[in-house]
Amino acid sequence: MLGLNKKDTTLFLIVIGMAMLAPFILNPFPEGSSLAQMFNAGYPDLMQRFVIFGILVIGFNILFGLTGYLSFGHAAFLGIGSYSAVWMFKLVGMNVLPAILLSMIVSGVFALLIGYVSLRRSGIYFSILTLAIAQMCYNLAYSVLGNPSSNFNLTNGETGLQLSLNDPRILGSATTDGALPVTNLFGAAMRSSYQWEAGSWLFTFNVGYYFSAIIMLISFYISIRIFRSPFGMMLRAVKSNQQRMNYTGLNTRPYVLAAFVISGIYAGLAGGLLSSMDPLAGAERMHWTASGEIVIMAILGGVGTLIGPVVGAGFNEYFKNILSKINDDILHTWLSFLPDGLENLLVGFLHYFVGKGWHLTLGIMFMLVIIFLPGGLVQGGQRIAKLFSRKKDGQATPPATQTPAE
Amino acid sequence: MSTSNFTRRGMLKSSAMVGAGVALPTIFTASSAAAYMNEPTGASVTLGFNVPQTGPYADEGADELRAYELAVEHLNGGGDGGMMNTFSSKALKGNGILGKKVEYVTGDTQTKSDAARASAKSMIEKDGAIMITGGSSSGVAVAVQGLCQEAGVIFMAGLTHSNDTTGKDKKANGFRHFFNGYMSAAALAPVLKNLYGTDRNAYHLTADYTWGWTQEESIAAATEAMGWNTVNKVRTPLAATDFSSYIAPVLNSGADVLVLNHYGGNMVNSLTNAVQFGLRDKMVNGKQFEIVVPLYSRLMAKGAGENVKGIHGSTNWHWSLTDEGSAAFVKSFGEKYGFPPSQAAHTTYCQTLLYADAAERAGTFNPCGIAEALEGYEFDGLGNGKTLYRADDHQCFKDVLVVRGKENPTSEFDLLEVVEVTPTEQVTYAPDHPMFAGGALGSCNAG
Repeated sequence: MLGLNKKDTTLFLIVIGMAMLAPFILNPFPEGSSLAQMFNAGYPDLMQRFVIFGILVIGFNILFGLTGYLSFGHAAFLGIGSYSAVWMFKLVGMNVLPAILLSMIVSGVFALLIGYVSLRRSGIYFSILTLAIAQMCYNLAYSVLGNPSSNFNLTNGETGLQLSLNDPRILGSATTDGALPVTNLFGAAMRSSYQWEAGSWLFTFNVGYYFSAIIMLISFYISIRIFRSPFGMMLRAVKSNQQRMNYTGLNTRPYVLAAFVISGIYAGLAGGLLSSMDPLAGAERMHWTASGEIVIMAILGGVGTLIGPVVGAGFNEYFKNILSKINDDILHTWLSFLPDGLENLLVGFLHYFVGKGWHLTLGIMFMLVIIFLPGGLVQGGQRIAKLFSRKKDGQATPPATQTPAE
Repeated sequence: MSTSNFTRRGMLKSSAMVGAGVALPTIFTASSAAAYMNEPTGASVTLGFNVPQTGPYADEGADELRAYELAVEHLNGGGDGGMMNTFSSKALKGNGILGKKVEYVTGDTQTKSDAARASAKSMIEKDGAIMITGGSSSGVAVAVQGLCQEAGVIFMAGLTHSNDTTGKDKKANGFRHFFNGYMSAAALAPVLKNLYGTDRNAYHLTADYTWGWTQEESIAAATEAMGWNTVNKVRTPLAATDFSSYIAPVLNSGADVLVLNHYGGNMVNSLTNAVQFGLRDKMVNGKQFEIVVPLYSRLMAKGAGENVKGIHGSTNWHWSLTDEGSAAFVKSFGEKYGFPPSQAAHTTYCQTLLYADAAERAGTFNPCGIAEALEGYEFDGLGNGKTLYRADDHQCFKDVLVVRGKENPTSEFDLLEVVEVTPTEQVTYAPDHPMFAGGALGSCNAG
């Protein structure tokens, strides 16, 4: 189908199914139950984050997974995309398509410039160059270009760039009642959603989510095609031994630069989508910790695999949003069946792992994955699948395709 | 996986069943079924407490959260009722809000606009919060206020001192009880004039975001009006923890007053650095070198320890106030947590009570009804004396305290002493004052 082989078609269909049925999959617990309060993730904001960060990491994986170039400044493109989109909303109109288009173009141009400079080096030097450039972008956005009292306020500093009532917006969307206009796709507001009550379950279908999900599916499809194309093969060759490629008389840099720009455009697209869902762009998005998070998501899911990035992004966002919301009160309700002393002791202990301590839990999970599943969560999935298929028909599955060693 | 064969017929059958299943229950849009965003239909109502649990303002955030929990307890009829007994409005009966039990969800803003908005969004979308409150940073408050305006819920600002929150970035759904940079400047300037004279050179170190900018602007304008000269204004990143590289240039600038437009952890570190560099013992231009911290709090004084002695600043409220409301609040907070509340705790407690009271008086949770009940509302008994929620910009107008770091503290909480209570009239400004111009409230949004 669509020029994919059988295995990839199955994978693509599974991803389509998961994306379309996400409101059901992510809301397994009935509304109002205490489990739902904590673990249900089927609300628009988080679902949007799943697919948008999915796009970001899919793009990152094209660079890191295929060529092995570890960019430590990918969040810069996310931020650049976000700012471009918000400016489009402020100056032109509230339709998301032009905004997303501009964020892709601008981040692509930036990726070309940054890539041209940093790809002169490889390995750790490349990582440090991208990190440095991204931090420069962050500081420009945070402070230099973001002072409201100066004449050139491009980013609005720490507060973040947001819409205001007196933006010019040449393509209409003027508000009559003094409310801010909302981002939309030809009239369909991104934040409008339909809620479906089925028994005690409540499912939310959000326009913005489905829009992002469709874009994610397109990005995913393009990524599969790149992985299976001769261009992808060339990138893999760069990863396995760039020197040998150079000795054969082949100039690898244009290929890597192309991969860098593609992945920058993906990040810009994700940034544009983030702004389309919530029209505020903050400099924190470009901070080096945000870049680090992208790397973590990619490694969590499984570098160099097709589905890995999406899984990693989802895993990271889920735990980040869920764990940071658990507070002592909720712990007390959960553990109320225990005797008082033990309950307080346990709550006191768990206190460090939830709420503001969510970094700690996520860090532990990351370590566990790295130690026991070096291939990421995808490897875990493969192992489980292997276990079941052996039990069923006693046949060993063909060995999974190995990525070439460094 | 089952091994059943996919047939066209089977496919049609199952899709017909799925279709019927989808069509059976009522399908409706969020907006048409409920009168407004997150209308509470059950026996309880959910409030969203969005405070910094990490980052430079984490101490303030923790204290805010304590106050919120106390307020919820009092609203639900627990505890001794605190300031509900001294509040001039008697609409609250201790049976929740409008008979619904008050529940709450918490979130971490991380002192970052992006994270704060994500956290507030999940409270609104997932937990069905009808009101969002909190935010110990003006950048965060402005960002979340914008979100609440778009989403159609009320935002009761917590600790936010920037002029912009109720100035350039004011929103119809947002309300602020806390005072602001302009008020601080208006209250501090006369005191500084008496203490340090009219011939001074001031050097500003400013946290690089909306609050720092507007406070710097306000203080500079007020001090320049009484004859001071502003030598330099230097911006420092909010996330900075070491300020020595910013302090060193002060020594050679010819300035004789250092204004620290810093708050929370920033102020603790910058003040400590300044004292370590011996600034306070220096004589410049034949005058004693002085440090001013325009926005002061007990938590900061505690963090900076010895260094705050004799340093002047302004504050919204202080636990040593002896009026009926303050005494009741300090008592119930102290009994629950074992130490007196900070100004952050006070303002968030007041905001929760004011919201609940407005809902009671309006008889609805509809944001537009609540906004109407709060606009132009005059109240008393919440520790600041007579207070007005001005309708033009949703800012509270009340007395401002000028405080000084105590020379001989009697306990670890007794760190500040009130020098002067500046009356409301002196800190009131016109809604179209140039420092607050450029924004519009817009109209209230009920989602």
